[in-house]
Amino acid sequence: MNPDKWLKENTYHHSAFANIADLVKEKKKKGYKISLCIPTLNEEKTIGKEIIIFKSELMNRVPLIDEIAVIDSGSTDKTREIASEYGADVYLSSEILPGIESKKGKGENLWKAIYQLEGDIIVYIDADIKNIHPRFVYGLLGPLIYRDEVMYVKAFYDRPLAFSDGIRPTGGGRVTEILIRPLFSLFYPELTPIIQPLSGEYAVRREVLEKIPFPIGYGVETSHLLDIYHEQGMQAFAQTDLDQRVHRNQPTRDLGKMAFGILQAFFKRLAAHDIVKFKEFESQILRQFQAHDNNFEVIEIHIREEERPPMIDIPEYRKKRGIK
Amino acid sequence: MTKEEKAAILADLTDFDPVFREIKELFLSNLVMISEIPAPTFEEQERVGFLLNKFSEANLINTSTDEYGNALGIHPGTGEGKNILLVSNIDTSVDFTVDHSVSVGPGTVTGPAVGNNAVGLAAITVLPSLLDKLGITLKSNLILMGSTRSLGKGSLGGLRFFLKNTRHPIKAGICLEGMKLGEISHRSLGMMRCEIIYNTPDNFDWKMFGRIGAIETLSEIISRIREIPIPSKPRTSISFGSIESGTEYSFVSSEGILRFEIRSESEEMVSMLKHEIQNIVAEVSSSYGIEVSMNVVGQRKPGGIPFTHPLTSSARGIMDALDIKYSVQPTTSELSAFIDSGIPAITIGITNGTRKDKNTEEIEIEPVSRGLKTLLGLILSVDREEYDES
Repeated sequence: MNPDKWLKENTYHHSAFANIADLVKEKKKKGYKISLCIPTLNEEKTIGKEIIIFKSELMNRVPLIDEIAVIDSGSTDKTREIASEYGADVYLSSEILPGIESKKGKGENLWKAIYQLEGDIIVYIDADIKNIHPRFVYGLLGPLIYRDEVMYVKAFYDRPLAFSDGIRPTGGGRVTEILIRPLFSLFYPELTPIIQPLSGEYAVRREVLEKIPFPIGYGVETSHLLDIYHEQGMQAFAQTDLDQRVHRNQPTRDLGKMAFGILQAFFKRLAAHDIVKFKEFESQILRQFQAHDNNFEVIEIHIREEERPPMIDIPEYRKKRGIK
Repeated sequence: MTKEEKAAILADLTDFDPVFREIKELFLSNLVMISEIPAPTFEEQERVGFLLNKFSEANLINTSTDEYGNALGIHPGTGEGKNILLVSNIDTSVDFTVDHSVSVGPGTVTGPAVGNNAVGLAAITVLPSLLDKLGITLKSNLILMGSTRSLGKGSLGGLRFFLKNTRHPIKAGICLEGMKLGEISHRSLGMMRCEIIYNTPDNFDWKMFGRIGAIETLSEIISRIREIPIPSKPRTSISFGSIESGTEYSFVSSEGILRFEIRSESEEMVSMLKHEIQNIVAEVSSSYGIEVSMNVVGQRKPGGIPFTHPLTSSARGIMDALDIKYSVQPTTSELSAFIDSGIPAITIGITNGTRKDKNTEEIEIEPVSRGLKTLLGLILSVDREEYDES
């Protein structure tokens, strides 16, 4: 599909779905059940606010979402206590699917949500958003509720490329601009109109989620895009402009770790999709440097981007969902 | 308020606690969303828009804004024709540049201006739901108002405009303050808000340069003001609120502004202090050949309803019945605008909080239910009682 055409036909602004009553009417007509998943690790400052706003505006006032779940990686602050106090279903990630050895990582929580939650559509929202608003959820659900062919809706937080008063560059953060977009341009050019491929907010149909593998670390968002694109092409995607998102800025060194994990997931897919063949990685150790006076010191960080298999391959899931 | 009347009101509120539990999340989510919309005085439009949406969702009638940008809606009564005005100020003293993010913790909400006065606005937004869910029908129309241009130079402009121009005769006003629960204000202090402005004149004698500048001059004026004897009766105070001047370590500042407020139970005392300070300013100005001027940017007359007025006695009676320890305090808030218009009014608080007017202002969630219950009780009492309007 021509990237310009895709951009025009599949890019929305959240205001297009601000009539939530209509959205709920359509949801009911189609019989969808919708779950909201918030993966957490020490998010006591923002989690209470997210739950209050989503529960009050999108569950109590209008029944757009049917469950709000926090899947926690073992917070040591009051994240779980606050989330529970304000009415979310709170799960400790390690206690979901107890028969499978637990791993640490945001991707692990997202993957386990597929097992734990009931929705036909799952909306994933990061817990560290300071300017949370109902649009973060209804803006992502709109394309999925109104268009049956759309499977995966990604958030972005800036205006589309063209403006009436001129044209300005737009896009994602540093990792997106110096890593992901060049890689997409080289190997998956059709994916380049996805403005913020790494944003942590997206909504997906279960039928798609249960069939894709999940890196448990930094590569989860990138691998979703590559795997769904490989299977279904660009028509499966849409993206919604959610205006501004205020969140913590990450130090450059952490972005290095993120890029290292993403690259592992990316190269694995290049090979799986028969685009480029690689031998095994030489190492999964990221080397960064720090200076003490005039001495430089190597910091070695082992980052192994492990992956969970598609949930549909897990016997417990098949049993729970009645899949033979 | 008789025992029977109090008992009847409390009977109407029997189901309050379970109903409040149903709408608590609505209150908190509105509180968070209101708090996160910046609304410095004169720039309240976005917050007004939010309130109007909430009023429309609550099926209020005449949901509208006026020339001063006030947010207004009416919860209609059975048609007896009387109107109760419930008001909370929309504007804050927090600038756009401040991070307005709010944090919700276990039992608290923290952020700039959450208590002063997003809580009051959130209370107004949930009131229609509370009345509906409790099955309470009022005889009076309940006019819900988020008032603009209230603080600082706004000087209660929004409420004054509405009271002057409304075609709905107001039986009584209830002003809501976020903090603090149990405080009842039925009297307003006289208040005068002033600025003293220093400017280096065009024909300034530069031989004086380095010896006299804005900071020295304003400091001298402050010292002279502090020498004025302030009586304890009538209760009177002068508060220095802000001073701005200077840019560097070594440059003598050529401009400066001092903001202060005179408060007193006596209008004459406010006026007398104003004249004394004007004399100080004139003397300092002429002594050094510099330009110092004093402007009055806001003024409120003292006054109010008596302690024994049915509105005050209802508030005390309801708080007694709810085991809320009350205290009676004078105020300089919205009450003044009602007093100036000759309308009986009272100010009550909705919850408790700390760090008022700081960016980490914090309110407690638990007392909100008692604050809203007091408010409902007071509305029922005003609705049912006849006031002597002579």
